[in-house]
Amino acid sequence: MTVFAFEVLVSLKDGLSDPQGKAVESALPALGWTNVSGVRVGKHIQLDVDAPDQTAAVAQVEEMARRLLSNPVIEDVRVLEVEAKP
Amino acid sequence: MTVRTPRIGVVTFPGSLDDRDALRAIATMGGEAVPLWHADADLRGVDAVVLPGGFSYGDYLRCGAIARFAPVMEEVVRFADRGSPVLGICNGFQILCESGLLPGALIRNRSLRFVCRNVWLRVETSLTVVTNELTPGETVQIPIKHGEGQWVATPEQLDRVEDGNLVVFRYASREGIVDAAHNPNGATDNIAGVRNEAGNVVGLMPHPEHAVDPDIGPVGGQPLFASLLRSALVGIAT
Repeated sequence: MTVFAFEVLVSLKDGLSDPQGKAVESALPALGWTNVSGVRVGKHIQLDVDAPDQTAAVAQVEEMARRLLSNPVIEDVRVLEVEAKP
Repeated sequence: MTVRTPRIGVVTFPGSLDDRDALRAIATMGGEAVPLWHADADLRGVDAVVLPGGFSYGDYLRCGAIARFAPVMEEVVRFADRGSPVLGICNGFQILCESGLLPGALIRNRSLRFVCRNVWLRVETSLTVVTNELTPGETVQIPIKHGEGQWVATPEQLDRVEDGNLVVFRYASREGIVDAAHNPNGATDNIAGVRNEAGNVVGLMPHPEHAVDPDIGPVGGQPLFASLLRSALVGIAT
């Protein structure tokens, strides 16, 4: 068995209003940055999976991402494999 | 025909806040209130189930996302699939959406503010377990208190909800006017509550359990609980 490290990125779907992103965006000009737009706030989840091989680990994380880590009604999810841990 | 007192269960999750008020409201309205526990896969033979408001499991990840996997929820899903009455209030509504029993999802209020006040709701259908004592077009006053109550859905879900008459309540004026001025959280089409196709599962953000006692505020929650008790009895009869 090998431990594989993953990062899972969850973001609100494009069509949906993102009040948190909007609030951050409207705070930036107060600090002098007036050229920023399209701010979206999402989630970054790190996790390690102990699996027989990489394919099994990726399949498992993709299922976890779909069933628990994100809600497909409102969110997009992206799974990034970081590395196999020694 | 002898009329039995309907037994209504209220599930307590870690972080539930309104379970006691829900139990109290059921008893006030003449039902037998039955406490249920999230970790028990057992509904104790109740005739209807209420998922109360609060912050189950700290609302970590997403509101209701972790509660939907609680042992009791498998039983609730089975119970709902059999056509028995299930009502989700606030966090309970979020749990029902996360479970896939109801369409849509609830995200942060558009204002980013927690809102806590009485609102008016326009009843959109009487074909549910909580509105069978109400008439479409009628309004009821019930409090809301939430930070993540903006109901949204995919375009396909929204079509299904609007075309299929699945909206149960909309935020409105006292006179029943539905507009942006009476939308407290930015919810799509002012939607405050929805039902499943069969009408036995209903979720809403407002809190009917806080609106049954005339000594402490509006009583718009009374007809919802009266409907639920009636539905529970019908369930017994069939």
